[in-house]
Amino acid sequence: MLNFTLRRIFNGIVMMVAVSFLAYFLLYIGAGNVARLILGLEATPESIAELNEQLGLNRPFIEQFLTWASGAIRLDFGDSWSMPETVNEVLFPRLGVTLTIVALTTLVAAIVAIILGTVAAIYGGVIDRLVQFLGLIGFAIPGFLVAFFLVTLFAIQMPIFNAVGYVDFSESPSEWVKSVTLPVAALSLSAIASVAQQVRGSVTDAINMDYVRTLRARGLSFNRVVYKHVLRNAGGPALSILGVQFVGMLGGAILVEQIFAIPGLGPYAVGATSFSDIPAVMGLVVVTALVVIVVNLIIDLLSAALNPKVRLS
Amino acid sequence: MSNTTSKKDGLLRKVLTNPSGWASVGVVAIVILYGIIAPLLSKWDPNEPDVYSVLGGPSAEHFFGTDSAGRDVFTRLAISTQFSLETAALAVVIALSIGVIGGLIAGYFGGWFDNVASWLTSVIMALPGLVVLLASMAVIGPTMWGAMAIFGVLLSPAYFRLVYTTVRGVRNELYVDAARVSGLNDVRIIGRHILGVVRAPIIIQTAIIASIAIAIQSGIEFLGLGDKDTPSWGAMLNDAFRQIYETPVLLVWPSTIIALVTVALVIFANTVRDELERTGPRFKKIKGMGKTAAQLADDAAEVETIIHEAPGRSNDALLRVQNLAVGYPNGMGGVKQVVHNVNLTVNRGEVVGLIGESGSGKTQSAFSVLGLLPKGGRVVAGSIVFDGKELVEASAKEYDKIRGGRISYIPQEPMSNLDPSFTIGTQLVEPMMKVLGLGKKEAKEKAIALLTRVGIPNPALTMKKYPHEISGGQAQRVLIAGAVSCDPDLIIADEPTTALDVTVQAEVLDLLRDLQKETHTALLLVTHNFGVVADLCDYINVMQNGRILEAGPVLDIFQNAKHPYTQSLLDSILEGGPARGAYVAPKGN
Repeated sequence: MLNFTLRRIFNGIVMMVAVSFLAYFLLYIGAGNVARLILGLEATPESIAELNEQLGLNRPFIEQFLTWASGAIRLDFGDSWSMPETVNEVLFPRLGVTLTIVALTTLVAAIVAIILGTVAAIYGGVIDRLVQFLGLIGFAIPGFLVAFFLVTLFAIQMPIFNAVGYVDFSESPSEWVKSVTLPVAALSLSAIASVAQQVRGSVTDAINMDYVRTLRARGLSFNRVVYKHVLRNAGGPALSILGVQFVGMLGGAILVEQIFAIPGLGPYAVGATSFSDIPAVMGLVVVTALVVIVVNLIIDLLSAALNPKVRLS
Repeated sequence: MSNTTSKKDGLLRKVLTNPSGWASVGVVAIVILYGIIAPLLSKWDPNEPDVYSVLGGPSAEHFFGTDSAGRDVFTRLAISTQFSLETAALAVVIALSIGVIGGLIAGYFGGWFDNVASWLTSVIMALPGLVVLLASMAVIGPTMWGAMAIFGVLLSPAYFRLVYTTVRGVRNELYVDAARVSGLNDVRIIGRHILGVVRAPIIIQTAIIASIAIAIQSGIEFLGLGDKDTPSWGAMLNDAFRQIYETPVLLVWPSTIIALVTVALVIFANTVRDELERTGPRFKKIKGMGKTAAQLADDAAEVETIIHEAPGRSNDALLRVQNLAVGYPNGMGGVKQVVHNVNLTVNRGEVVGLIGESGSGKTQSAFSVLGLLPKGGRVVAGSIVFDGKELVEASAKEYDKIRGGRISYIPQEPMSNLDPSFTIGTQLVEPMMKVLGLGKKEAKEKAIALLTRVGIPNPALTMKKYPHEISGGQAQRVLIAGAVSCDPDLIIADEPTTALDVTVQAEVLDLLRDLQKETHTALLLVTHNFGVVADLCDYINVMQNGRILEAGPVLDIFQNAKHPYTQSLLDSILEGGPARGAYVAPKGN
């Protein structure tokens, strides 16, 4: 198990380096004349040269990358080009908000999807068809359309929840709940749809396994075999789909946060993109990649804990 | 080629005659037509602001009303449709080209290309698509064409993986080898045999990818990062969202059209998938259902069981099965009977064989005694009395109390009958704690004793092992230990040696015989092997087509088989291999 964990961590680090290098390379090559991008078309050659000197853009690419990377290793992404603050000062508080919402969404989606998928697999019939239909619709409709619908319906027609803004949990837990309910609902729909379908499929497979009959022949009740044995064996595939959905949710959060005016990575990403703020964009890329890699690592470890065969691979 | 073409045409026709198939295709077609025709017919300019009719509601002049600049929403939405669908199509085409070509090369030729492509795929998957898109738009600027081209690259792994795995599977098929031997070059083989296989999955994937591309494209436009001057669905959402308090209806039009198209595409994909899967038999066949007319006529006939006299047989019935009939839904609202009128008795301490070839209904009869028929199966007539209690009407709770402690089960396939996610020890201990009410420590001790008894070397270590870490023969010993662990009165063994190596078979049979003698547990042995029957049984029942043909003491049947089917079974073991020789019943049994 330790060996497995270390190997996965090593893979994660390699992936992190690869993503950072590729992103840096493509952004700086793609950006072309960065100084002109920042200063605008009217900039004089002198001022461009001055800014290039100031930003270190006239040095060789590898040198620039290493300078950036030596900061990035300590999670220091340097000065922003469009904001007075450093990238860190803006990025990390916002990352916290987004992660709170996405983590909560993952939890909600996992619980709802496991219940729906299992019930559909075991009882079949109308419930099964309903879950399959909802799965299809939930998968197809983009989360931000759900967000529009929820904003219009709840926040404007019957203002139970907050339509805009975010209240920190430490400020007021009840207001926090009000402010995150709609975003979480909008984000979780498609994850629930996909994961529930997967749970349904793998529970159906697991329940028809020979060992289920054998365990029941030893006197264990149907419910006990389902809770303890079937769900554990069905858990692996469902977990990996949840991992894929998590990545999707991080992207979806950008849109949903914009709609609910939540000060997370969404508005940050939009600002960084529209101002071509490369250091801010690099910060965003590295931090999201890090989150995705860590989450995938957690999911790998969880699957290994569930299924002993995974530990061998 | 004509063969694969007609197959594809068949699929297309099936999809289009399916209600959700034609409805989804229809919705997409109407949206496309609307995008093309509406701007031509409309008298409004989609980009011309009109300060006198700002935010007007739907009217005869403006079907969908006017937006914040007084522009006609109906015409603007149609123009947006063109742009949104075209840019999304660009992403699909790029993803398709890169993914399919890359997948074909990597899958067909393998080598370094394979490794590099798989690695790049996992790098791409490490970031949310939207984040990568926003990052790239920071340098390429606000151009939707550019963004969708990049998105196409990001989506290409979906095709790559699909084509790659299919090609890997097909590449080593015999018919591809045959094509290569017959002199076709690689390009012809790829074009003819491999693309034919991946075509339908690609259609499904394309519908889904198109739906995702439309969603992402609208999302970016909504964020205000697209082309400022080109109308698009997302840009209209952005405009509408600013007016959400005054005219929420403006949000309805672009939202509806996006939802309609994305849902239609996904439903289309789903319909194609369903129809593809349906090319096989519609209903999963149950053993013995695929019968000829002659066999069916045979099924309907009443069969008189030939019963040999059994003078010395005790009359202390533990299990008495009478007129048992088992049926499954036949998929047309009726019931297909697989076991007919079976009568069978197992006395206390007796070993009874139930013998027949696969599909004869012997396993179905055994499962009905356990109350564990596969999904859909049920006892349609007859009675199963165990120790004076009728089991056919027993509730799930009552049955849970009988299984394990009173009736237990030894399965055929040892590996698939152990839960791969739990250790051997857990799987032995859990039922003992429940059925015998033992504490964890006692149950563990008993499990170790049982494993020692069934001949597992180093039982304490085996307790900690997972099923994939032990051999098939050991797994079967573990299952036998599990079956006897709660001191049952009756063990039902379903082909307990069939899946094992010949040498292990003999050892397992010895073990079963010894255990049976030690505990005087009754044993119902289900098998197709007369050798096994001869070795263990006191009394046997011969089964075919769901009926018992002949029943009697084992020695009598061996020496004096009356039914031609029993005779043919006996002949086949004499020809097939060394017979074990008749079982000599010990005196006083």
